Amino acid sequence: MNYPLIYERSRKGRRGLRLVKAVPKAEDLIPKGFLREAPPRLPEVDELTLVRYYTGLSRRQVGVDTTFYPLGSCTMKYNPKLHEEAARLFAHLHPYQDPATVQGALRLMWELGEYLKALTGMEAITLEPAAGAHGELTGILIIRAYHEDRGEGRTRRVVLVPDSAHGSNPATASMAGYQVKEVPSGPDGEVDLEALKRELSPNVAAIMLTNPNTLGLFERRILEISRLAKEAGVQLYYDGANLNAIMGWARPGDMGFDVVHLNLHKTFTVPHGGGGPGSGPVGVKAHLAPYLPVPTVERGEEGFYLDFGREKSVGRVRSFHGNFLALVRAWAYIRTLGLPGLKKAAALSVLNARYLKELLKERGYRVPYDGPTMHEFVAQPPQGFRALDIAKGLLELGFHPPTVYFPLIVKEALMVEPTETESKETLEAFAEAMEALLKKPKEWLENAPYTTPVRRLDELRANKVPKLTYFDQEG
Amino acid sequence: MDYTPHTEEEIWAMLAKVGAKRLEDLYAHLPEEVLNPPIHLPEPMPEWAVLEELARLAEANLPPRKAFLGGGVRAHYVPPVVQALGSRGEFLTAYTPYQPEVSQGVLQATFEYQTMVAELTGLEVANASMYDGSTALAEGVLLALRETGRMGVLVSQGVHPEYREVLKTYLEAVGASLNTIPLEGGRTPLVEVPEEVGAVVAQNPNFLGALEDLAPLAEAAHRAGALFVVVVDPLSLALLKPPGAYGADIAVGDGQVLGLPLGFGGPHFGFLATKKAFVRQLPGRLVSETVDAEGKRGFILTLQAREQYIRRAKAKSNITTNAQLTALMGAMYLAALGPEGLKEVALKGVYMAHRLQELLLTLPGVEAFTPKPFFQEFALRLPKDPLEVRRALARLGFHGATPVPREYGENLALFAATELHEEEDLLAFREALKEAL
Repeated sequence: MNYPLIYERSRKGRRGLRLVKAVPKAEDLIPKGFLREAPPRLPEVDELTLVRYYTGLSRRQVGVDTTFYPLGSCTMKYNPKLHEEAARLFAHLHPYQDPATVQGALRLMWELGEYLKALTGMEAITLEPAAGAHGELTGILIIRAYHEDRGEGRTRRVVLVPDSAHGSNPATASMAGYQVKEVPSGPDGEVDLEALKRELSPNVAAIMLTNPNTLGLFERRILEISRLAKEAGVQLYYDGANLNAIMGWARPGDMGFDVVHLNLHKTFTVPHGGGGPGSGPVGVKAHLAPYLPVPTVERGEEGFYLDFGREKSVGRVRSFHGNFLALVRAWAYIRTLGLPGLKKAAALSVLNARYLKELLKERGYRVPYDGPTMHEFVAQPPQGFRALDIAKGLLELGFHPPTVYFPLIVKEALMVEPTETESKETLEAFAEAMEALLKKPKEWLENAPYTTPVRRLDELRANKVPKLTYFDQEG
Repeated sequence: MDYTPHTEEEIWAMLAKVGAKRLEDLYAHLPEEVLNPPIHLPEPMPEWAVLEELARLAEANLPPRKAFLGGGVRAHYVPPVVQALGSRGEFLTAYTPYQPEVSQGVLQATFEYQTMVAELTGLEVANASMYDGSTALAEGVLLALRETGRMGVLVSQGVHPEYREVLKTYLEAVGASLNTIPLEGGRTPLVEVPEEVGAVVAQNPNFLGALEDLAPLAEAAHRAGALFVVVVDPLSLALLKPPGAYGADIAVGDGQVLGLPLGFGGPHFGFLATKKAFVRQLPGRLVSETVDAEGKRGFILTLQAREQYIRRAKAKSNITTNAQLTALMGAMYLAALGPEGLKEVALKGVYMAHRLQELLLTLPGVEAFTPKPFFQEFALRLPKDPLEVRRALARLGFHGATPVPREYGENLALFAATELHEEEDLLAFREALKEAL
């Protein structure tokens, strides 16, 4: 049975919230020419209908709070409830308040910046970017401004990314006006050093790397890579999507990276919210600090302040002060765990992933790049099975599947990242389910899931004749 | 406290399974030079101490009824029912709905959000959300440039100055040019649109709060073969003519005014609406209705060939994470109020803002700047530096007088009133401003 839309529960004249006692007349305030002729078609429901509707909808949705969610490269760890309470404390701060009245909020931003610099080995930071990809764009624009300032903007037109990179890396580089060149991975799954050497030239502006990479492998030759980059005048960019694996144990700054973006919604427990909002701070080494976006939070003699005085800045990348409430959550996380807690969390994320990898190998799954994987690993189902069917079968057995068909260099990829907040028995139950799927009849797998709120959906139809709103007649 | 469930015994057992003796062994293959760097962080704290410290840092919260600051975001009522529904763990802790069979909650709610944004703006489609209003504008303009194949942008000075700065950053990245139309008398004048321009941009109500009649500018844009992009206040659209009705091809804005906490500027959400003809150029996620294997209605992410994880370097944008949860809370707010309730909230604010202007104009040296009619914000010329006035007001327990950048004129400040304010609040604020001056 369909779950009726809120529009289908709407009744003409029914009212929910009433926030105004005496309603002024529009005509007395605004000339008719400015007024809309027909009201927007919004649902008309009472408050209980609203509550039942969205509560019911939430039961047609899984999250970390309901389900094991080992989505590779997404770090679906537990999001502490403390952080939601913490964010509420700052609900009423206006971004244009007198800075003297928001010293606490500015201090929090400044402190978080210090913590993140310490954890990444960077020397300056911006908290403005609203998401990982937004941080990537900011970071690449900083690199571009640096090259332009040195008179090399016209020659350095290429950004190198490994073939195992997140899709956002090449997309970001093109958005910043760069050509993208892919560097193949070697047989061990790490960047092929010889191939990289061939690509390095005075035309290259930056190399974007994730470390550990999307196969879960730490780039062991990273110091060699950063030396080569430095010699070629190329800036080294760190995609922080996988920082959870090494948080506190090793720092991109020490590996020779010049720019780092972090995903506070991955590593630092800001909830993913069904796709956002997140936060993507960008840390840089001192030589790139002049190009950071404005404003930055600084500490002066009279307290904390927003600094707009950065002549060579790439400009503004977002309104106001970034996703501040996400920053509050990350601050709370770091202060609760401290360095020992963060290191333990990182190590247990690796231990959980390694343990699960062993369990899956014992149960017939293959791991094509079976090196010393860290917080995630990429598995393949046995010959004859499709990753898609394994994913859909998992849904039927009550698990959220891993990331599928990524990275692109592994066929039928299942990219598994259990995170540190999952227990040994959850990992074992998941492995049992993965094994059970291999024993199901082919037909069962191809048609799974069966008892979820909906079954496999017609994606082709949605692409051919998309129906994008309730009132869309064509779809 | 680290939120990990492992007992000591379990750690030993798991280490044995993976062939390690200690947790440190898991990092043994990293280059020695980078391992275990000296990092200085504060000592861990128990939960209650973290909350206590945060409460200290948050002390500057003022009751919203004493807040009269404008500048694109305002103190509005934040309904507990929306906060409660938006805090449901299923919504809060889900990832992007890549597995639609178990993500119908987020998908169906997003489909309705898209519907509501299209309704408010008078356009046909909206994407699933953007980071904020400023980045929605930048991406909306990039869409217009892709669609027209041109590299020039003309933007009214009436567009929020921070939005224009973000736009400038994004346009510089792709090598497009940006020119500004200066305001005349607080409104956007009609100008000639040169042929290289692919997007003409204005804001309504504009940054100074004034309502604009933008139909002539939209026509001028279209005559020149450009698309017309409008930044709107979604709350105002309960009342005002939707941008689709006066020729906008693309409408963008920020959702904070739809019952979201100010949160020192975010996260709120950005929205981006356009015509169906441009849907394949839209950045970001889109949800479509479809059917499942049994013919049952369901919702799914669609037209994904536009997006970075499929198209990589050829994607329309690099956007991945957006502002889904806050966007859904905006939709919940719209559903909680309905068309009547929303219109009442809009009207009350308009009334109170005009009343506030009337009261503040009785103070010596205070002059009107924003022409009438305005929406819920307006600018005044003060006899003193607005930075000083804002500080003096804060000392008296009020927030008001958002300083307006000098490009608009000397000693200008924005004031706002909303549904939260009553006559006595306005009177008390006038007394405070009198003292502050």
